[in-house]
Amino acid sequence: MKLIFLFVVLLSGAALAQNRSGLEFASEEIRRLQASDAENPGMLWVDQGAKLFAQKCASCHVSMKGVATRYPAVENGRIVTLEAKVRHKETFAYESDELLALTSYVAHQSRGMPIKVNPPAEKLDAGRKAYYSRRGQMNLACAHCHEQNWGKHLGAETLSQGQPNGYPAYRLEWQTMGSLERRIRACMFGLHAELPPYGSDAMRELELFLVWRANGLPIETPAVRR
Amino acid sequence: MALARIDLPQEARRGELVEVRIVIQHPMETGFRRAPQGERVPRNAIHSLVCRYSGIEVFRATLSTGIAANPFLRFFLRATQSGDLDFWWLDDDEVQGSAKARLNVT
Amino acid sequence: MKRRDFIGSLAALAATPHVGTTDPLIWSFTKGMPVLPGRVKLELPALAENGYSVAMTVTVDSPMTPSEHVRAVHLIAEKNPVRDMAVFYLGAHCPRAEVSSRLRLNGSQQVVAIAELSDGSFWSGAAFVEVREAACTDGG
Repeated sequence: MKLIFLFVVLLSGAALAQNRSGLEFASEEIRRLQASDAENPGMLWVDQGAKLFAQKCASCHVSMKGVATRYPAVENGRIVTLEAKVRHKETFAYESDELLALTSYVAHQSRGMPIKVNPPAEKLDAGRKAYYSRRGQMNLACAHCHEQNWGKHLGAETLSQGQPNGYPAYRLEWQTMGSLERRIRACMFGLHAELPPYGSDAMRELELFLVWRANGLPIETPAVRR
Repeated sequence: MALARIDLPQEARRGELVEVRIVIQHPMETGFRRAPQGERVPRNAIHSLVCRYSGIEVFRATLSTGIAANPFLRFFLRATQSGDLDFWWLDDDEVQGSAKARLNVT
Repeated sequence: MKRRDFIGSLAALAATPHVGTTDPLIWSFTKGMPVLPGRVKLELPALAENGYSVAMTVTVDSPMTPSEHVRAVHLIAEKNPVRDMAVFYLGAHCPRAEVSSRLRLNGSQQVVAIAELSDGSFWSGAAFVEVREAACTDGG
């Protein structure tokens, strides 16, 4: 009963008045790093991706401009993330440098372009439910921090809206490039919750909802985050 | 072979000050980090780096684990003639890396 | 010694040194020469978002001529498990004694930059960085 009540309350008070990129909540140093292609470590993966693309993808594909704005997509009834799509010819391991490089390269080709995913409404239900459900030892839902309390402080950090538009991103905490799924798992780890496996249905559903929620935000890959 | 990104001005006038920036893909493992299963990840950092401009050494650095992963360096040189900037580095695993960029001097 | 340097040295001797000369790490390259505070500007943020990557620029006040230049700049972190972070070798051909990099800092601490000049003297600059911790554990 309590769960349903919470669900309804959250839903009614839900939807952000205005989407704000994680960059707005980042420190000056991170903003400066992201703005400089010469200094942004994420560009190393974009460069690697460009090389790999020329080797492995260019025989069929020409331009990737605009592609990343449409993912995750629903193809043949299944939710397909950008990572899953990039793996369609060669199954690179999730979070491998190759997969990160290729997804970063593809997403980078859409840098500055607004996210525009348009799935059938019923495909968003599972992800939306996951977003508003409590999980983990901390018993919190994504919405508790990223919808109800963004802009407020958690320790010394300012809570962001949890927007995915910069991913794959160079996260200082990881000291390397990482995907959106890695970031979601990291958040869930913080809640002491079970981590959905990479590429699982639970992940894809949540990712679809997150990116749909971010519609209109410009892609920033490779973003720099703390 | 580690990737690197070198940033140089398109061209420089003879005698001009040139700002050189390089970022190298390397984990600069401290040796203190633990992998998901709990085992220690061994130390492996770039410890020596040299930059030569038209064959002449213009910058050298000894680096350690206190330099952040995917190391970034920015330094200055004076433009003399058009030539290659050759970077070379070596890490604790004795793996060498290199990168090159052309400086056009008018 | 030029008058400017002499006055600089006098002023430096009056100021509190950034490092102790008997510190074995310092001794390894100064061999006991005094390290005078001054002429070295170490730029670091007062508050760092994350200890894994902290932007740093070190600049040494030197004409950088064949007769008067910076030989090397040593970077030392007071509280890192490995205190020596880097040595940048410049030399007479280098037109500007300015180097930037990104540091890894194991918590809030003082960082010291020591410049070795062509005349054999050592000068230092320091900065204190407050390093923030992540709010949530990441788990990787």
